[in-house]
Amino acid sequence: MANLTLVQAVRDALMTEMALDPRVVLMGEDVGLNGGVFRATEGLQKEFGEGRVMDTPLAESGIIGLALGMSVNGMRPVPEIQFMDFIYPAFDQIVSEVAKLRYRSGGGFTCPMVIRTPYGGGIKGGHYHSQSTEAYFAHTAGLKVVIPSNPYDAKGLLIASIRDEDPVLFMEPKRLYRSVKGEVPEEAYTVEIGKAQVVRPGKDVTLIAWGAMVPVCLKAAELCEPRGADCEVIDLRTLVPLDEETILESVRKTGRVVIVHEAQKTCGFGAEISALISEEAILSLEAPIMRVTGLDTPFPYTLEHIYLPDPERVALAVGKVTQF
Amino acid sequence: MLEKHSKSKKKKIVLKAPSVLRADCFRVLDESNRPNEKVEPKLSKEVLLKMYRNMIATRLFDERGMLLQRQGRIGFYVPSFGQEAIQIGTSAALKQNDWIFPSYREPGVFISRGASLFEMLCNLWGNQSDVCKGRQMPVHYSFSDLRLFSVSSPIATQVIQAVGASLASKNRKEKDVAITYFGDGGTSENDFHTGLTFAGAMKTPTIFICTNNGYAISVPTQKQTGAHRMVDKAIGYGMPGVAVDGNDILAVYAATQEAVDRARRGEGPTLIECVTLRMGPHSSSDDPTRYRDAQVYEAWAKRDPIQRFRQYLEGKKLWDSKKQEALEAELKATLAEAVEKAEKEPVPNLDTLFEDVYAELTPQLKRQKAQLLAEQELRGKFENTSEAFPL
Repeated sequence: MANLTLVQAVRDALMTEMALDPRVVLMGEDVGLNGGVFRATEGLQKEFGEGRVMDTPLAESGIIGLALGMSVNGMRPVPEIQFMDFIYPAFDQIVSEVAKLRYRSGGGFTCPMVIRTPYGGGIKGGHYHSQSTEAYFAHTAGLKVVIPSNPYDAKGLLIASIRDEDPVLFMEPKRLYRSVKGEVPEEAYTVEIGKAQVVRPGKDVTLIAWGAMVPVCLKAAELCEPRGADCEVIDLRTLVPLDEETILESVRKTGRVVIVHEAQKTCGFGAEISALISEEAILSLEAPIMRVTGLDTPFPYTLEHIYLPDPERVALAVGKVTQF
Repeated sequence: MLEKHSKSKKKKIVLKAPSVLRADCFRVLDESNRPNEKVEPKLSKEVLLKMYRNMIATRLFDERGMLLQRQGRIGFYVPSFGQEAIQIGTSAALKQNDWIFPSYREPGVFISRGASLFEMLCNLWGNQSDVCKGRQMPVHYSFSDLRLFSVSSPIATQVIQAVGASLASKNRKEKDVAITYFGDGGTSENDFHTGLTFAGAMKTPTIFICTNNGYAISVPTQKQTGAHRMVDKAIGYGMPGVAVDGNDILAVYAATQEAVDRARRGEGPTLIECVTLRMGPHSSSDDPTRYRDAQVYEAWAKRDPIQRFRQYLEGKKLWDSKKQEALEAELKATLAEAVEKAEKEPVPNLDTLFEDVYAELTPQLKRQKAQLLAEQELRGKFENTSEAFPL
């Protein structure tokens, strides 16, 4: 066991899987010699050579299109998009090509790959280094969306994603890259894709979150406990495919739900979870489903701490659903 | 040849007869369809006849595809009339293991590689025996066992993907190359630019075939770009480029063969601009008389690539009318048989809607599938009652 930060766990997963599987190749802007702007690939080019850790030209659609071609021809690419805010030039390749290939070719061609990208606010990154746009990608059939919230899951989920036969968008909460540490086994292990985790059991209110909002919810649960609200916190870990059972089981127990995400409210993934609960567990509900989210504004710079959900805003929503 | 012709602006080419073709294009056949022996590729009789056969097969397939659409038997078709030399000439320079990333106007490339006519036709109907299981519009073929990549509708997406496939081969020290096809319109797309940028920077074994057929649906090439020649773009990406007469199969073959040889030697990518005119509509939904210059069309009609190659073969005493009749009869019969068989295939089973989204059905897809199948059971029951819902 080693005590690693989240970004170190990402690097450890890449290192581990590259040593085990010669098909695994990394590509992206600054991932080689420089080891990535967040150092997620530090030292990997030295270890595995320029053929397996490639500095590419500065073009996101090129990075993903290149990865698709390499995957079709037998490799297992892990392209990096330096910030999720820069992913849109590659949107067409991801949505119309990577995600559709298995289906449109009748299963003849597949392109398993893991698109790693740091996402989310809280680092003073302004509009173009802070967004959290998982909903665009969760809306795309053929793509899996995985988001870890701690170092152990980061390594296990990343290895599971690399071994998955389908393309995965792997969103890394950059706000947690160095702010959380945890025990991470040295060997290769996997955390199953599509399985949420109850990270705090509770009986009164279900808090549902992913990525950097998981620690926010855990803090909120601490604020609520002395006020008589025992919160259960679910870390979804995977948005697609969604672990509906874990959500519904918790809702049937608590009858009260607060969904927390960084992204703007309208059409955020919280809306999908809310709809799911309405469809499948409406008679278990004791209060309306609440969402604590980013605002329907572009992501701000100076006031980002106001934009982002924090433990107090979550606790206020818990108060509303318990006192409904 | 590549180096020489990439600078061909300076070189004077003396033509025996005036041509609608741009003067800088590399050519083997002159306007009287006589070969320039200095650059004529040395191909065996078998190879030449195979190329000719594939050209005819492609023309007949296109004619049949358009006819089937006009008869209302299939929904849509994209013909490649006039572009047979480009498709067959490039294909002839490839080995069976080389990767092909086509656009949607390359039936001849599929035919040359040996794709099954029956399976191609099944794609036109989107039926049970369609390799794509009826999930794409007609002409979006995909043959993974032949390394013929799945056709996409968005333009030029395949260009950068071909670079990736060839990079994988290069990194594994294999000798396979990748060839990719796109039109003049495709050169305006982002993925053309990223594709050639990456290939130039990474020196990948990729051959870029730009079929400059004069139009992107209705928009003429001169409105597509300020560049006078598509091949000039090669310079900016740091690779050699050559413009060829796209209606001269021998020129197309020779240019491609040289590019393939360079790629296999590890000397990187090449851009080949094949200059031609799209002689058919963009698709069965298009009427080119709305925008096409009739005089230019007539001039190109006199340069039909099949007729030109036929004259070349006849000049070598390799072909005559009798052989032509026999070949057409044979290919038409084969095609008719395949059409008859393909048209009888049933539509895909409803279960196939849910397959291949992921390697395995997700819980959500399982539930949607069960719900859809249950709804199917209830279909038609609204007609028999005006009271309770048929739940």
